[in-house]
Amino acid sequence: MTAPALEIEKLQRSFGALTVANNISFALPRGGRYALIGPNGAGKTTLVNLITGRLRASAGKVLLEGDDLTALSQAARTRRGIARTFQVNQLFRGLTVLENVYLAIGERTNACNRLWRSAGKETAVLDEALDHLESLALVDDADKPVRELPYGRQRLVEIAIALAQRPKLLLLDEPAAGVPSSESHLILDVISRLDPDITVLIIEHDMDLVFRFASRIIVLVAGEVLTEGSPDEISADERVRSVYLGERREDRHG
Amino acid sequence: MDASRPLAPAVGGDEVAAARSRALAFLVRRDRYRLAEGLPWIAAIAAFFIFPNQMILGGQTLIMILFALSLDLILGYAGIVTLGHAAYFGLGAYAAALLITDLHWSEPFSGLACAAVVAAIGGFFSGLILLRYRGLALLVLTLSTTIMLQQFGNLFRDFTGGYDGIPGITIAPLFGRFHYDLYGHTYYLYCLGVLFVASFVVRRIVYSPFGQALVGIRENDARMHALGSPVHWRLVVAYTISAAVAGVAGALFAQTNTLVTLGVFDFDQSAAVLMMLILGGAGWLYGGFVGATLYMVLQNELAKLSPEFWQFGIGALLIAVVLANRHRLFGRFARRVRALGFGAKP
Repeated sequence: MTAPALEIEKLQRSFGALTVANNISFALPRGGRYALIGPNGAGKTTLVNLITGRLRASAGKVLLEGDDLTALSQAARTRRGIARTFQVNQLFRGLTVLENVYLAIGERTNACNRLWRSAGKETAVLDEALDHLESLALVDDADKPVRELPYGRQRLVEIAIALAQRPKLLLLDEPAAGVPSSESHLILDVISRLDPDITVLIIEHDMDLVFRFASRIIVLVAGEVLTEGSPDEISADERVRSVYLGERREDRHG
Repeated sequence: MDASRPLAPAVGGDEVAAARSRALAFLVRRDRYRLAEGLPWIAAIAAFFIFPNQMILGGQTLIMILFALSLDLILGYAGIVTLGHAAYFGLGAYAAALLITDLHWSEPFSGLACAAVVAAIGGFFSGLILLRYRGLALLVLTLSTTIMLQQFGNLFRDFTGGYDGIPGITIAPLFGRFHYDLYGHTYYLYCLGVLFVASFVVRRIVYSPFGQALVGIRENDARMHALGSPVHWRLVVAYTISAAVAGVAGALFAQTNTLVTLGVFDFDQSAAVLMMLILGGAGWLYGGFVGATLYMVLQNELAKLSPEFWQFGIGALLIAVVLANRHRLFGRFARRVRALGFGAKP
């Protein structure tokens, strides 16, 4: 298969007069490790929402391994292999860690369609969930409600749920945001050991993390791709520097 | 493709195994029947022998428990807030009544089945539209759907009898053998049997993977969408089942009251069942048992004290429960009840 894992073509989205995604195009090769950076309000999370189908694009295309997903709903795209984490935790807070992962696997395998069987008798789902939690060193917390975990471990559950979906493409929206530095290694460990088959796009403000993780960086400014390049190229790029130093670029204004 | 390679070396295999079985225990044991779950049934049977002269009230209470149970499935588990659940109670009541008066089919159990199907069809099609909405919009839409249904019944007065209702509903003896006595004893046992079966069904569904998904939608529907869950369909299915159970409650009401009027669609009905469920607590299957019993007995006793102002007492109690709940007094009580072994709130 030569088609890139993810390809987006001239993606466009406006809210009234405000254009939050303007003519965005790029492609991620299979197994790619890409970072998406840009100042606040550049439209990074919007772009993730457009890729996952949470938001509908006004124009443009989203292709996964060459298949056009643009017309598909968020749920349908998820089933094709797109998973994401959220910038602000979106967890089942009152449920245990095991139940959180159970739901991800149960929905992926359609076990959740069954309504005349005990949830505890779905041994295939339970075994996979526990193996998965074990591999992420979360099994100790499996029986605890998510809301009782420290924030760093909650962020880990956020990633655990997305991985339990067995995605082809994983979109990580600031996975380390809000995690105290004493716990950030938990997140870094998991991210650095992701299955090389999974294509990953990470949004992150922490440049250390970006440079350690990503082999390519896409810079988004005011809803447009400013540039794309290797970490060295990006760190040497004057325009990127000026954007991050907060200098207003008149030509991009509005 | 395995998304997750082992990260942590498998040190302390025993500890891991222990953690695994600890986590499993909750899910696996959750739906085992506990001794305490026999209490409501023992109480219901005891009431039959202790208050033989109150069995008319008893039967009506069991019907409201069933109605509240149907609401618990969607409100307590799926998080759907509605002010129009009387629609399906009413549909079931009219289906059961018309089956007898117009089609002259008076066997009671098939009457219940017919009511369940009619209410389920109503629940399915209204749910398809209603469940696209949430919160305040859903409240108003469910409320107005029920009002429209009521006026629809009023429009086809020849068929439904309008507000005068359908009189003279008499059902055939239970199993062709047991006749109905003036004290409501047969009716009570009939309602109790139906409630028992319905509770079993709802309990099964709640503890199934599907029930787990409903709880997921209640806890965080945005994440359920991101997991690829067909959220709308799940809600429609739950709503349809809930409507069917409410329809059975309505059918029991019709069969035991000999008269059905459009009053079954009243806003009061939707509000009362919601109050009962909140009084007893939503999301643990037995809220209806506690709440409906409390509500019906209080209503009966307060109406004796003051025929005009009995609702004052109910209102005061509801305020007390909601405020206490806010201040977690009731929460602590509820936890203690759960610790006794009732269904754990997932």
